[in-house]
Amino acid sequence: MTTFLLRRLALVVPTLFFVSVLVFGLQQLLPGDAAVALAGEERDPAVIAFLRQKYHLEEPLPVRYLLWAKGVLSGDLGESIRIKRSVRDLVLEKLPVTAELAALAIVIALSIGLPMGILAAVKNNTTVDYAATMSALWGRSIPNFWLGIILILLFSVQWRLLPASGFVSPAESLPRNLATLIMPAFVLGNGIAAVLMRHSRSAMLEVLSADYVRTARAKGLSETRVVLHHALRNALLPVITLGALEFGELLSGAVVTEQVFTIPGFGKLIVDAVFNRDYAVVQGVVLCTALAFILLNLLADLAYALVNPRLRR
Amino acid sequence: MIHGRALIATCLLGFSLSVGQAAAQTLRIGLAEDPDTLDPTLSRSFVSGVVRTALCDKLFDIGLELEIVPQLATAWEWTDDQKGLVIKLRSGVKFHDGEPFDAAAVKYNIDRHLTMPGSTRRNDIKGITGVEVIDDHTAKLVLSSPLSPLLALLASPAGTMVSPKAAQAAGENFGSRPICAGPFKFVERVAQDRIVVERFAEYWDRDKIGLDRIIYLPIPDNTVRLANLQSGGLDMIQQVAPTDLDNVRKDRRLQIAAINGIGYSGITINVGNGEHSKSPLGRDARVRQALELSIDREALNQVVFNGEYQPGNQWVSPGNPYYAKELPIPARDIGRAKALLAAAGATNPVVSLMATNNPVVLQTAQVIQAMAKDAGFDIRIQAAEFASALQLASKGDFEAFLLGWTGRVDPDGNIYNLVTCNSPFNAGHYCNPEVDRELDAAREVEPRADRLAHYRVVAQHILRDLPIIYLYHAKWLYAYTARLSGFIPYPDGLIRPQGLRLE
Repeated sequence: MTTFLLRRLALVVPTLFFVSVLVFGLQQLLPGDAAVALAGEERDPAVIAFLRQKYHLEEPLPVRYLLWAKGVLSGDLGESIRIKRSVRDLVLEKLPVTAELAALAIVIALSIGLPMGILAAVKNNTTVDYAATMSALWGRSIPNFWLGIILILLFSVQWRLLPASGFVSPAESLPRNLATLIMPAFVLGNGIAAVLMRHSRSAMLEVLSADYVRTARAKGLSETRVVLHHALRNALLPVITLGALEFGELLSGAVVTEQVFTIPGFGKLIVDAVFNRDYAVVQGVVLCTALAFILLNLLADLAYALVNPRLRR
Repeated sequence: MIHGRALIATCLLGFSLSVGQAAAQTLRIGLAEDPDTLDPTLSRSFVSGVVRTALCDKLFDIGLELEIVPQLATAWEWTDDQKGLVIKLRSGVKFHDGEPFDAAAVKYNIDRHLTMPGSTRRNDIKGITGVEVIDDHTAKLVLSSPLSPLLALLASPAGTMVSPKAAQAAGENFGSRPICAGPFKFVERVAQDRIVVERFAEYWDRDKIGLDRIIYLPIPDNTVRLANLQSGGLDMIQQVAPTDLDNVRKDRRLQIAAINGIGYSGITINVGNGEHSKSPLGRDARVRQALELSIDREALNQVVFNGEYQPGNQWVSPGNPYYAKELPIPARDIGRAKALLAAAGATNPVVSLMATNNPVVLQTAQVIQAMAKDAGFDIRIQAAEFASALQLASKGDFEAFLLGWTGRVDPDGNIYNLVTCNSPFNAGHYCNPEVDRELDAAREVEPRADRLAHYRVVAQHILRDLPIIYLYHAKWLYAYTARLSGFIPYPDGLIRPQGLRLE
């Protein structure tokens, strides 16, 4: 187990290096000049020249990469050209917002998707199963921006029950924090619930027809105990992997949903940064989300071991 | 089940009450964009100016008719040779850090605009060669040559005064905590989320300030911004989409304010910037005239902007005192357009029209495409994301570019840098020495009638050569709660907090 863990941890550094080189390179393929994009409507040549020189935009790509990497190694992720703040501060400011939204979305997804998947498997080929499959299909096919706008129009404009958008920190007020996050978290969770439902259903179906489940039933255990105690544990494996991957994806910023609900998280940060060619911000955010993604995968593997004792050996 | 629903509704209501209630006299304004830095010397965006209007006073301001009115100045006088402007300053004015506002502060601010690396103001006021401090409350700006737009420039960001002590201490980070002499002082900024300002008790004109706090919330999506207003999450929004106005009008809890803006939207044509200028459209003014004649500006306004905007054919709108009334908007004339194309030997010219990938801009391009087709034009829309479009334009990699200009108070700001030979902002590389001469002359005379005479000649050239086909002038559209009183929209689109009060 320790060797496994160490081997996985050793992979983190080269992966991050590869990701950073890739993102750095890809950004250079973007048409548009950061200095021109940021010089304002007048595009004063003196301002453009100043921005190019200050942010090393004239240097060759490898030099710029090295300058950036040198900063990263000393804990400096660079500075946002547009809002003139350190990328590290921006990341630290946005990460909790996105993490909270992602966690809430996963909680919603699990509390909808998992029971529905189990129920659909247990009641296989009945109306319940069909209804669950249909609603999963609905959940997956509905576009986030559409559902978001509909929820805003109903819950905020029509019934005036929830704020239409924005974010309030939990430290300021927890009820207001939850009020601002409940709709975006539902929009995100809804789509993920559908996937979780489909996967948990098929995993449960497979497990329910396994020999050991038949044995458990033969021993006279109640159906609830068979399903929840014996079958579910094994059926959870794919759900854990999927949940971790989805959570990692959410951490990289729910781009559309954060835009619709004006949640100041990673998604909004990175979209604005790409449009403004704010390279350092894009680079910093991608590095952090890549790291989060890798660590979450690692946690998923560890969780495997907890659920399935055979993997501990 | 009913109990369950009631419980959920009660919980949600509990949330919403705590969310909807803001402190008394706190105005929440939804902005269409997230401002860049709030430093007046380095700022590059219009929306940053909206926030700065609450934080920072300028030497001058504008009135509803674009006339110049004093703000931190009280009086001004030109020297006889028109190369000096003597400004009397308001006494008893303090910056938010308690420092006094005086002539030395004016000198510091103008020098800062002129010399700070990356200053976006330098180009506006580079005609100022120095500032003389005559006494504590009198400063003289010395010019290299007469510059009649100077007062208007000092009513824009270039006239913004910041605390010299705070600016020196903060250096280029001043924008993250600006300290000025406006009615509100900076409290906090959460990037992409909100900017909070609160009333400055020692403001020189404090009797006019009824609000305690203003919270600016950038919400770029028009629908979401409006939904926030309708749900009570905001008290005011700027840049309402014209197509949403009917919706707002039906809501009794809301009011609308509108005023003609000072900018324009038009088609900038590449007439001399590289290979792409060698198309029939770039080479022959008759083809450009045909394109103009194929467009029905009023129909465009009705279709895309619900008739809310103002059609136009010059760099200032038809209501502006500097509009050349002898050259009105030409009516659509397909027959003449076809005749001009035939005379130019290009009966079916193919034109690539670059447009930024914003739904309204693309819709405008599509309407132009459909209208121009009747005259024989084959317009191909080239959608590009904004930063890419700017780069393509500056490299001359375009034939025609549907582009707007936010506008300046003085007409010079809407034309000079956009059409004079070798100006870096002249993307189509139009060059007409006669136009340059007249524009220079208009800068050197002060009376409005004299300047208009020069602009009339410029308009004759521009409307014949058509390096830019001006199409319409947007309006500033605001929607706000019926509880808000005292709001007056201004042509520059800035939201002045003076007189605002929440019932």
